Amino acid sequence: MDAAVLAAKGASLIVRRLGLGGGTALPGLLALRLDPALVPRLAADLRAGSVLVTGTNGKTTTARLLAGMARAAGLRVVANAAGSNLVRGIAAALCQAARADGRIGEGERSLGVFEVDEATLPEAAALLSPRAVVFLNLFRDQLDRYGEVDHVAEVWRRAAASLGTGTALVLNADDPAVASLAGAARRPTLFYGLAPGSHCLPTLEHAADARWCPACAGELTYGCVHYAHLGIWRCPECGLSRPAPHLEGSLEEGRLHLRLPDGGRRFLPLPLEGTYAAYDVMAAVATALALGLPWSAIEEGVVRFGGAFGRQERLVVQGRHVHVVLAKNPAGLNQVLRILSQRPAPLRLALFLNDGLADGRDVSWIWDVDFELLSGRVEWAVASGTRAEDLALRLHYARLGCELAVEPRPVAALRLAIGRTAPGETLHVLPTYTALLRVREVLARWAGRPPFWEEAEP
Amino acid sequence: MKLRLAWLYPRHMNVYGDRGNVIVLRERCAARDIGLEVEELGPGDRLEASRYDLYFLGGAQDREQRLVARDLTAQKGPALLEAVEAGAVVLAVCGGYQLLGRFYRTAEGEELPGLGLFDAWTVHPGPAARRFIGNVAVGWEEGTLVGFENHGGRTYLGPGARPLGRVLAGFGNNGEDGGEGAVYRNAFGTYLHGPLLPKNPHFADRLIALALARRYGQVALAPLDDALAWAAHRRALRLARRRPILERWAHVLGGVLSWQRSR
Repeated sequence: MDAAVLAAKGASLIVRRLGLGGGTALPGLLALRLDPALVPRLAADLRAGSVLVTGTNGKTTTARLLAGMARAAGLRVVANAAGSNLVRGIAAALCQAARADGRIGEGERSLGVFEVDEATLPEAAALLSPRAVVFLNLFRDQLDRYGEVDHVAEVWRRAAASLGTGTALVLNADDPAVASLAGAARRPTLFYGLAPGSHCLPTLEHAADARWCPACAGELTYGCVHYAHLGIWRCPECGLSRPAPHLEGSLEEGRLHLRLPDGGRRFLPLPLEGTYAAYDVMAAVATALALGLPWSAIEEGVVRFGGAFGRQERLVVQGRHVHVVLAKNPAGLNQVLRILSQRPAPLRLALFLNDGLADGRDVSWIWDVDFELLSGRVEWAVASGTRAEDLALRLHYARLGCELAVEPRPVAALRLAIGRTAPGETLHVLPTYTALLRVREVLARWAGRPPFWEEAEP
Repeated sequence: MKLRLAWLYPRHMNVYGDRGNVIVLRERCAARDIGLEVEELGPGDRLEASRYDLYFLGGAQDREQRLVARDLTAQKGPALLEAVEAGAVVLAVCGGYQLLGRFYRTAEGEELPGLGLFDAWTVHPGPAARRFIGNVAVGWEEGTLVGFENHGGRTYLGPGARPLGRVLAGFGNNGEDGGEGAVYRNAFGTYLHGPLLPKNPHFADRLIALALARRYGQVALAPLDDALAWAAHRRALRLARRRPILERWAHVLGGVLSWQRSR
């Protein structure tokens, strides 16, 4: 019998029974309290090793895509699929997968796929000795917690340098802050990136962060900006440039055309909209290739991808189409607004801005978001959440030219928004992280869907 | 009527929503038929002091602050000082505020020269020191100011500068003397970072009025419908004031815990 594992399982059961949520944090905390060495001990049973996915945006989607590919390849996946991405979340996932005797069965076929918070990465990497670490991107996000973007970049550099020689690095070539980690790590690196195309933006978005050369601090120039500061970058001063990707994608009418490291060419459907979703698919494919998964499994993982909770999720509520898209920082929200700006007008929006600890207490970031993209395309919008007034003020100054309601209470705001959407029409719901948990719960209930922690299981 | 604003180092000093201030100045001018022309000046660009009525400097990370410090003191500094003596309006937040003081000593002990526009200096007590992070409320001569602060540096004022206001909740300049920000003539420095003006429409209008007065003589600003701005202001004020109560309890709780440990 394993006391820590049993305690975690028990706590998880109680939390869920009492309807207190997914039980993804408390059980992990409890187990770690009883056995601080729990993570490496249980992870030793994952004979197929583990993979860590980190970055500002796309962790959950990428990890889910990768888990789907691994399952299609016949592996048993242990994952913190409900998005609890600190060490406690990993501990909880391992406990959930373990038997009462503290062993993970079918060990030889078990693969850990864990999404990891940016700042937690060094600790998680030290505990798990992963087979691969995927770095997605680095954007401004929750600066009240992380201090500065440069600070996170430094933490990553040190973590990359200290990884064991058996760990493969999967890096986004198009993000200068991520691509430069290869220099720090000196190990086998697999780069993925997007080829230029019709999606290229003429200039860097306002919220772009890594506009300075990681080597010499010169100002980078771009041949193509995919979004934010991701693109075909080059430093005119020292000549450092975007590394040639081993896996290169190009966007072709809702499909992703891929050039594989071995020179082969393949097509994949894009399960989600937007350039940022193409990056998640490329990251998952690159990692799957690094793990040696067969192409058939990779393809199956993408085709069968059901979306991660609240990430471009579609529900039908009282005959209305409700489209829920998590938007928690400027780079992500700008991508969502770009997608919406291509939708037929008029749009109906319910936006939720919370300033909980997990969202970041500082809501300044909404001023880096280009809400102006939707000018003249919105019929009405409801601003909600703990900082509803801040959001409404931002929309006011963006001159959307639409009716604007302020309703801080989330359930009342949803009721109002659904009431104002005619049956058959679409309502777009854009919440920050903690708002998503509440909004998704209410919408799922109204739509007759199960809560997220049940959907998070395969 | 027309005003011209110089946005200094927008690509270097742009941490978190800083452009909100520029948007709000432009929109509040536009609502009163005042054309606000915004020109962006980066390192190497010449600053023509007579050209601008308003200046804005945003926040920066330490790395960018280092780059800007060199250009500001060597290139644009003299012109900016001259402009301020002639009554130009300056708003500098966070890193921009620090740079307008005499110097900024970084966490690593490196001393970056400042412009000396404010009789103030900033010292970062080291990487292990607590950052001052959270909602802030400040008592200002024309009401309260609300915002968010996030800084490691502690700023101290000499006799040549006076604080912008008194800290009602939060940390302010240094967490010790209760002062927040600095004022010299029509130049305002503050740690209330990013989009400070949207939630403080009275402060935004004060800056616009000062700039207009210099160019056109006293101009009465038409009132705007600021119901949303004041709602956001009140919300931020409530949030800022909630924190000290929590902290007082945290202190009591911490006391109990340490008492138990010492037993």
